[in-house]
Amino acid sequence: MSFPWAKQYEPKAPVMKWLDDRLPLPRLVYNAVGAGYPVPRNLNYFWNFGVLAGAALAIQIITGIVLAMHYSTDAATAFNSVEAIMRDVNAGWFLRYAHANGASMFFIVVYIHICRGLYYGSYKAPREMVWLLGVVIFLLMMATAFMGYVLPWGQMSFWGAQVITGFFSAIPLVGETIRIWLLGGYAPDAAALNRFFSLHYLLPFVIAGVIILHIWALHIPGSSNPAGVEVKGEQDTVPFHPYYTAKDGVGVGVFLLVFAIFLFFQPNLLGHPDNYIPANPLSTPAHIVPEWYFLPFYAILKSFTVDFILPAKLWGVLAMFGSILLLFFLPWLDTSPARTANHRPRYRAFLMVLLVDVLVLGYVGGAEPTKINVLIGQITTAYYFLHFLVILPIVSATERPKPVANSITEAVLKGKGGTAPAKSAIEGQPNPMPAE
Amino acid sequence: MTRIIAPLIGLGFAFVLVLGLFGTITTASEPATAEHEFHLKPKPVALASNGIFGKFDRQQLQRGFQVYKEVCAACHSISLVAFRDLAALGYSEAEVKAIANQWTTEQPSVNPETGEAATRKNLPSDKFPHVYPNEVAARAANNNAIPPDLSLMTKARPDGAAYVHSLLTGYQQPSAELMKEFPNFATPEGLYFNPYFPTLNLAMPQPLVSDGQVTYADGTNATVDQMAKDVTAFLVWTAEPKLEARHTAGLASVVFLIIFIALTIGAYKSVWRNVKH
Repeated sequence: MSFPWAKQYEPKAPVMKWLDDRLPLPRLVYNAVGAGYPVPRNLNYFWNFGVLAGAALAIQIITGIVLAMHYSTDAATAFNSVEAIMRDVNAGWFLRYAHANGASMFFIVVYIHICRGLYYGSYKAPREMVWLLGVVIFLLMMATAFMGYVLPWGQMSFWGAQVITGFFSAIPLVGETIRIWLLGGYAPDAAALNRFFSLHYLLPFVIAGVIILHIWALHIPGSSNPAGVEVKGEQDTVPFHPYYTAKDGVGVGVFLLVFAIFLFFQPNLLGHPDNYIPANPLSTPAHIVPEWYFLPFYAILKSFTVDFILPAKLWGVLAMFGSILLLFFLPWLDTSPARTANHRPRYRAFLMVLLVDVLVLGYVGGAEPTKINVLIGQITTAYYFLHFLVILPIVSATERPKPVANSITEAVLKGKGGTAPAKSAIEGQPNPMPAE
Repeated sequence: MTRIIAPLIGLGFAFVLVLGLFGTITTASEPATAEHEFHLKPKPVALASNGIFGKFDRQQLQRGFQVYKEVCAACHSISLVAFRDLAALGYSEAEVKAIANQWTTEQPSVNPETGEAATRKNLPSDKFPHVYPNEVAARAANNNAIPPDLSLMTKARPDGAAYVHSLLTGYQQPSAELMKEFPNFATPEGLYFNPYFPTLNLAMPQPLVSDGQVTYADGTNATVDQMAKDVTAFLVWTAEPKLEARHTAGLASVVFLIIFIALTIGAYKSVWRNVKH
């Protein structure tokens, strides 16, 4: 579905017409990410990050497939095969550093994408399904990244796998059995490494599939926008191509530049030195920490220190999974009629506190568990849950939002000191009838 | 339903955290340890390979290899590096062949006549051999400590290059402040004090003890600091032999991407020139 004024695909070359009559694939692409998809004209650069996440996934899949051609899935040879890629495979160092840093880039981009959604209320009706599918993608990404980090079979790989699969042993009665079943043994070993590799290869394609659903669900209501008002007519939109392909081009360029600086000049900054030590089940590292993108969740896990009805470990595991699963309920926890935080000053203040809170959680997750760090972790963890589950429902029900512009075009022209629109977004075209 | 259950869950988690908070406040802080107070961060070390324009100093790598060969190789292997890789240090094919042939530790092999385990001379295509046949042998020869493989050492420790240099030049007596604060501190028998080592005591005796321990072929004055720096440079190379290619490709990529961004900004402005947004 699309807006009635969306451009229709008209094949020009005979071969495209022939193809379109039999398999309308070009039409599908045209309507999805071409000129056939009308997009609000007022999107800012935060709306680049969906495309950037797609680009990051593509980079991961391409580099990953080539790496898999050289990688050896065996506990005895995995570590050395990664080093052989670094030393003896043509441009192997490039592939591996691109893949390792690419995972970090993927998470940076997705975190900004999620923050955009939180700030501008992208999860609200009628886009709940887009948000829900996004949370599914996020969970799949976390699973994929975790299993990928195990594959080089360094010290952090091994002990990270040990700790994370250990979560399942917190389940009462059957936990230990489930953990052993998942690992295929009593500790991470050849069996675990093999199945992690198999799933690490599979899940990115599942992610790609859910992304298709994510975009499909997005195209039903169309993209949200920073003005917080829905599209009213053709004057409010521009075709995705060339307008947003051009804007996304700038975003892709900047993204690749940041990526390149990490990849070529600081390729190990985001990793942990211990992962250059081969896995050794008999030697526990002084501090086991996950990759940076899991640190806030790791801090939540570590913050539960007392047994209260349930063991502390189980509280930690429940809270850690809960901290992500609660995102599924966000569209129904936030009842404010206003869409963006710009129109909700009180909510915006709490949202900014949440942003700082999560950054502090990230710091605590990677820091040594000194008394003061544990205290900070417990306070910030409490805020995280209170923000989503208590503050957000109350503030959204009680705060009276600031008035919203009548239309996207009005919001745009007001910003530029203009008046009501007489023309469609693209000058030179007659003003069409408002969509009904 | 969501709006009733959710706050209850949120308050529940918060309640358990507050309980934990009281627990945390009432527990006494861990007593300070000597490792925590007197472990030093490594001193920065200036190497030619540092920075985005960094390139290896081949003379220095050869000197570092000489230090490795004459001092470190007695206990430490570099098993991820092959003899053929030494060509990157500026050695000719014949020199690489000679180095491999004269290497003291031989490659494990099989006697072609009897099928029994044997050893043979190294070839350029071989990786550097392990010094000890297995872990037990390594422990037995080194007071129950395993000398780690050095191939990746400068990447396997935080700030690795600086750490290696600081450790090699950091052997000393425990400072007066340390002894004042921890009068019972003593380095156990068979260990050596070094404030750059995380636990302050390590099993490796000071390897670079005096100036001139190695006689450099290129006439450089072999002070302890010079030897430590050279072997550090060599270990940066063993850990990251493709560093120069990476830096070169990086500079080219950055220049390319800046031009690419300039073009996309131009395209963006051109496409959007008639649309207010």
